[in-house]
Amino acid sequence: MTTQDLGASIPTRANWAEEAVVAHAGAEHLTREEQVLERIKRARARKPRVKEPRITLAHGAGGKATHNLINAIFLEAFRNPELEQLADAAVLSLGDTRLAFTTDSYVVSPLFFPGGDIGELAVNGTVNDLAMAGARPLSLSAGFILEEGFPTEDLRRIVASMASAAQRAGVHIVTGDTKVVQRGKGDGCYINTAGVGLLERPVSLSPAAARPGDAVVVSGPIGDHGITVMLARGELDIEADVRSDTAPLHELTAALLTAAPNTRMLRDATRGGVATILNEVAVASQVAVVVDENAVPVRDEVRGASELLGIDPLYVACEGRLVAFIPAEQVDAALAALHAHELGAGAAVIGRVGDDPPGLVLLRTGFGGTRIVDMLVGDPLPRIC
Amino acid sequence: MKFVDEFRDAEKARVLSARIAELCEPGRHYKFMEVCGGHTHTIYKHGLEDYLPETVSLVHGPGCPVCVIPMGRLDDAIAIAERPDVIMTTFGDMMRVPGGRGSFYDANAGGADIRMVYSPLDSLKIARANPDKHVVFMAIGFETTAPSTAMTVLRAAAEGLDNFSIFCNHVTIIPAIKAILDSPDLRLDGFLGPGHVSTVIGCRPYEFIAREHGKPLVCAGFEPLDILQSVFILLTQLREGRSEVENQYSRVVPWNGNAKALRVIGQTMQLRPYFEWRGLGFIAQSALQVRDTYAKYDAERIFSVPGVRVADPKACQCGEVLKGVLKPWECKVFGTACTPETPIGTCMVSSEGACAAYYNFGRFTRERVKEATHA
Repeated sequence: MTTQDLGASIPTRANWAEEAVVAHAGAEHLTREEQVLERIKRARARKPRVKEPRITLAHGAGGKATHNLINAIFLEAFRNPELEQLADAAVLSLGDTRLAFTTDSYVVSPLFFPGGDIGELAVNGTVNDLAMAGARPLSLSAGFILEEGFPTEDLRRIVASMASAAQRAGVHIVTGDTKVVQRGKGDGCYINTAGVGLLERPVSLSPAAARPGDAVVVSGPIGDHGITVMLARGELDIEADVRSDTAPLHELTAALLTAAPNTRMLRDATRGGVATILNEVAVASQVAVVVDENAVPVRDEVRGASELLGIDPLYVACEGRLVAFIPAEQVDAALAALHAHELGAGAAVIGRVGDDPPGLVLLRTGFGGTRIVDMLVGDPLPRIC
Repeated sequence: MKFVDEFRDAEKARVLSARIAELCEPGRHYKFMEVCGGHTHTIYKHGLEDYLPETVSLVHGPGCPVCVIPMGRLDDAIAIAERPDVIMTTFGDMMRVPGGRGSFYDANAGGADIRMVYSPLDSLKIARANPDKHVVFMAIGFETTAPSTAMTVLRAAAEGLDNFSIFCNHVTIIPAIKAILDSPDLRLDGFLGPGHVSTVIGCRPYEFIAREHGKPLVCAGFEPLDILQSVFILLTQLREGRSEVENQYSRVVPWNGNAKALRVIGQTMQLRPYFEWRGLGFIAQSALQVRDTYAKYDAERIFSVPGVRVADPKACQCGEVLKGVLKPWECKVFGTACTPETPIGTCMVSSEGACAAYYNFGRFTRERVKEATHA
């Protein structure tokens, strides 16, 4: 190439870079805005990475940073077909028996809050993770990390409520562990529970299974737990009559799966709330999830507190609510089954699955407008589970 | 829900929307700036643009307090917070804003103790509970939040607390609006005035905008119907050839402002000769600092701060977005290098930031979203 050729190839127009992008993509027919959206889509599809040199609270908030951490660090190192599902519980086959296996740690602050405490949460949370796999919960383990100086009486209360929660859920706590750390190295009491459950029905639930036409169902009013814990911290000087919704959902899921055996996916809407689950399904199934804000059940107290705090209830954690994707022809049966159980009395269809734009959650707002509901980025709430 | 649902009535919105469309002159494009980030948030959260004709566009202004903090000030705050004897407090929005050396979250991961508070007064609680530490409240915001910072300083003084100070970054809205009006690259037809700021300063300070610049301004509330009604009032003024300051948000905004709030601000703070705004550059007399008589509560005088000016990342076009010259998606790095999880510019951080709001709520063409949701 002569220098003359080189000179000729140097673009002189100011917007040469944009033109190059357009030419390269063969996308002359797209508007500038559409090109930007395409670019964003490609950026979103990139492999998750953890760029931060240190772990920050955002990595534990259940949103995008958590998603990146799990994918880029844990999944990368532990990769196997069971883990790759990234489901609430792994499903293991032993001969003809299928077992669900899960674990979860609880670091909620405060330890006691209206409607429950860390102990009840630690049992119900793990029971629910098993239930969302379609399993009947069998046995749990319990690991305690206690801080030097923690009141024995508080530990008794927590353990007693774990025992009664286990009884209610029909599970035994069959093994455990205790560690005590120096004062200042823990926040009173942390609990880890793991659980196994038995898969007795031939379901295969997956976030990738949603299809256009499916109905999106929640089992009751959302956001109670997250708002309760936030207010219980006493930092806000807001008083509202709200209680955590912590409850074991295995009976509800059993009834639901009997009534609607082709249910595509179940999730309990914990950290990250309903919005996070809807986004996971939209991406995994490459469908659009369209939600009607007016149809989403939210208690007035929760809505009021959310308004004051500038939080969207769709992102607020529940500890006793599930989200189900159900084929349209089974949704009536599913709702009837949910409504027949006290924990599903407030169940409602909040939206449906469409095909465009794939991977996105759209909301028809109560005001009659439309917007996107993305995955949570930061942490709107302190430690809630 | 009472006092909320009345202002979100879809039926009323449809009626207003039709009347707004009637007021628009055929072939004319209207550009109104909502100065306040709270309005930007409402517009996207409720999908309000669906109710406006395509010839009416809303331009997002500089009224997001987090978005206008320059990177150098963040680095200064982190330099103070990194001292082992300091606990810093600030509003939650600030935690993820990237400075030249990372965000507050990053500083915490590195050992600093920066805590979120909902009210500056909570900082005093922390100061009382930690007598061996010095608590610094990083104060940000327009005239809306300045009174509560002022009250906190007065309370600290009354209690004789000597382990508390503020790192003051309060800014004032009028110089920013002036800077936008003087900017040659922007043509606006009118303003939606910042409702919350106006509860403090009232409506009078905006009169020069109508009188000298010939642009109507309507102080607007924060519910979606408030904003639609304000657009309606702006269009009515234009139709009738008027340019005036009107108060749509009179249920909250007194015409003359809140004398008591203004008094406590004046008592504890004084104007800075100049202050840097992210994207807008240095603006004379546009920010507040702790008044000399309360110097012992001024973190800038207690601690030596680097005070280094940090240039914005080259690719970042927050300045143009803040001035309303560029739509968020027109920025070179929007949605690719700059996303809500890894923001380069401040507009992508706060939920009131134009870019974050657009990314989260408004990214798709209205036609496509409408089609999908109404199918």
